[in-house]
Amino acid sequence: MTTSPPPARKLHRTRFASSYRFWLLGIPLALFIAFIVYMFAYLFRNGLGVISWRFLTEPPLKGMTEGGIWPCIVGTILVTFVSLIFSVPVGVCSAIYLSEYAPANFLTRVIRSSIRSLAGVPSIVYGLFGVALFVSAMKLGLSILASGLTLGLMNLPWIIATAEEAINAIPGSFREGALALGTTKWEAIRHNVLPYAFPGILTGILLAVARTMGETAPILFTGVTYYTKQLPSSLSSKFMALPYHLFTLSTQHDQMMKVRPLAFGTAIVLLVFVLAFDGVAFAFRLRTSSSNKWQV
Amino acid sequence: MSATPLQAVADSVPPRHRSRKLTDKAAVAVFGASSLLSAVVLLGILLFLLLYGVRTFREVPILHFLFGTVWNPDAYGKPAYGLIPLLLGSFLSTLIALVIAIPLGVASAILISERLKGWVRVTIKTLVELFAGFPSVVLGFFGLVVLAPLIARFFHVPSGLNLLNAGLLLALMSLPTIISVSDDALQVVPHSYREGAYALGATPWTTAFRIVLPAARSGILAAVMLGFGRAVGETMAVMMVAGNAALIPHSLFDPIRTITSTIAIELGESVFGSSHYFSLFALGIVLFLIALGTNLVAETLIKREKRSFTL
Amino acid sequence: MKKLLTIAALAAAVTTLVAGEVLVKGSDTMLNLVQNLAEAFSTANPDATVSVTGGGSGVGISAIISNETDIADASRSIKSKEISTARANGVNPVEYVVAIDGVCVIVNASNPIEKLTIEQLGQLYQGKTANWSALGGPNKKVSLYGRQPSSGTFVYFRDEAVKAEYAASMRQMNGNAQIVEGVRGDEGAIGYVGVGYAREQGVKVVKLSKDGSDYYSPLDKAAVDAGDYPLARPLFQYTNGKAKGDAKAFIEFELSPAGQKIVEEQGFYPLTQGYQDKNNANLQ
Repeated sequence: MTTSPPPARKLHRTRFASSYRFWLLGIPLALFIAFIVYMFAYLFRNGLGVISWRFLTEPPLKGMTEGGIWPCIVGTILVTFVSLIFSVPVGVCSAIYLSEYAPANFLTRVIRSSIRSLAGVPSIVYGLFGVALFVSAMKLGLSILASGLTLGLMNLPWIIATAEEAINAIPGSFREGALALGTTKWEAIRHNVLPYAFPGILTGILLAVARTMGETAPILFTGVTYYTKQLPSSLSSKFMALPYHLFTLSTQHDQMMKVRPLAFGTAIVLLVFVLAFDGVAFAFRLRTSSSNKWQV
Repeated sequence: MSATPLQAVADSVPPRHRSRKLTDKAAVAVFGASSLLSAVVLLGILLFLLLYGVRTFREVPILHFLFGTVWNPDAYGKPAYGLIPLLLGSFLSTLIALVIAIPLGVASAILISERLKGWVRVTIKTLVELFAGFPSVVLGFFGLVVLAPLIARFFHVPSGLNLLNAGLLLALMSLPTIISVSDDALQVVPHSYREGAYALGATPWTTAFRIVLPAARSGILAAVMLGFGRAVGETMAVMMVAGNAALIPHSLFDPIRTITSTIAIELGESVFGSSHYFSLFALGIVLFLIALGTNLVAETLIKREKRSFTL
Repeated sequence: MKKLLTIAALAAAVTTLVAGEVLVKGSDTMLNLVQNLAEAFSTANPDATVSVTGGGSGVGISAIISNETDIADASRSIKSKEISTARANGVNPVEYVVAIDGVCVIVNASNPIEKLTIEQLGQLYQGKTANWSALGGPNKKVSLYGRQPSSGTFVYFRDEAVKAEYAASMRQMNGNAQIVEGVRGDEGAIGYVGVGYAREQGVKVVKLSKDGSDYYSPLDKAAVDAGDYPLARPLFQYTNGKAKGDAKAFIEFELSPAGQKIVEEQGFYPLTQGYQDKNNANLQ
């Protein structure tokens, strides 16, 4: 290396050349984004023609080659709701415990670690567990309840993670102010922490809903069916679901080509549901993070 | 949040009404029980898998399971429960996925983290996150109707339902994970590193690849591991495009079967209480251990990276 | 809207018990047939709920053994080992035949091969005949398509045609329709599907012969009924004990002229008198 600095013109050219070079990194990203847009457009182009009010509100007819996907929409919404009934209370309570009460000892570390590990367990393993525990051992049979509980177990870690994050974002001064006024710990949390953490928790729940709606593996052996004319009438009913319907229409139906447009339609409806919940969650997250009144 | 001096003082001063104190105690109990329940779930899953899985080995020798090269529980002759073809199917498809996704993902992450700012960065990150939320059946459907005919025509092979197709789809599914976790890892690198490099006359390219990236390497490795975990655990998309033949592939265009799709395909048809049924739980154990292992390693790596900057 | 739905569902759940549903589970070959039958039955009997799911004959039989379904669809007959497992579980399987099928061997429409003997078929599916030229066809590698082990058609075809283990290279497709798709797009392909799936564009049905003397097509109803077509088979349904209640009503509908008409519309063959008599005995 020379001790005198390089001539100014040469340096300028080097920086110019390398800033071009840096944007080469944009090629893979651009390709990826372009692909996402292409896939989205392809699905919509092929499926939009099928979407109509009748498609959304009618059950499948004529051997599922005509009609709509109403039972699938209802089934998906119901089973997701059942899963939330279980996972939201347990999840939020766990998150409160972990961020407010848990002492920094070995047991807490184990609990935290295992909850985080749960998030990485493949969905089919949850399905396996659901069959063994809910369908067989607890004798719930093939039902919305069994599928809902299985899905609830699956989205529990996601809810805990986002809720904990939201609660931890509240500065300590909030709690301290309440405690200084003589409240109990629980009262401090209830009045001075939870209301402010609520938007963050809600965001987490919405994201979990979006992911749960698209899952097939956990419901595969715990309650979903290929076809049932009636809407689920009780917690022990079988049900149809959007992701499974897409799967069967594209791989198991006998007139695969005839129902292909219906499959595209199902794919779009499912995507719209998922993206809607995701979109609302993101918009929510953006708004609450930008208006962080307590970031002094 | 629970051990500030003020909290200690507050604890020592009893609130006036006993009901409030009771409610407070009840709250702790409820919340503590919830988190214990959540942790117990993990243990429960492992327990069930083990309980059912080990019953396989009453009839199937464990060495045969671990090292057997044929998986054929409904064979014409003697049933075979060899894990190897399924393990290879899972690993090879994941390998292809990572070979594609790691360079693309890390490069994109570098661009996003080092160069993009403001609304551009937020938009791109949101787009990537939205794509991560695409249901896997939709991706599998796309692989079935678009990628399969494309592969068949482009490479002049009879069918597009093969290892390559599965690898491509898994690459798509693990890309968002790799991008966002890598971006997080790069963001954690203190700005002083970059500033020092610029002060010495380094170009953005050199700074990124020689200074920032090596500093974040634990976090990037964690991103790769999480991407790996995502790919290995994927069921539906692979089931729709991989061809589902449980053999050891000899080319990119051979059909394969992964551990996940085997469980999904065979769980329904195996009779409850048969060796076949239990063997699927044994497969579940293998899957669980792989997923657990990669997640724990990834977590350790992320922690290590964060720690390396706080001195 | 979602709130109303869920409140209604919960209210129903609170006041309820087990809903009176008939669950039909099993064969993918029969899936569309039974789904059409269920649709027609539900229209005629709005109070009854029939749920249909596939997965393969193995899934259905496994479910009836564990008493987890009301009716099991199977495109193969239940094995004696399965019957004893069922009995050990307290389940007594009773057999009904709802339609006749002729398993069709299909090849790509461009393939000039018109007929095969069962033995040639076996050689192909064991992987021993690797190129179509060995049979007088074009110089193309043989591409095998089949079902998954849960499928009754998989088991039936293996036991009746291949008579040995399948070649490991056989692609295991998720259902009949996927096999048709595969064969249509692949010039060297050969596959086997139920007769309800074979009349599609782009694929050709091959005539079969037991021993090389007379060749029969599965599309020929007389050949199937007479048993001349080597791969003619009944399509079964199993219940735990004789069928009762809604399940019995559904089976009776399937066997009625209205039901058998749907069977024909779906491309399968209606029952001969012999099978009808056996069914009636089990319905008493």
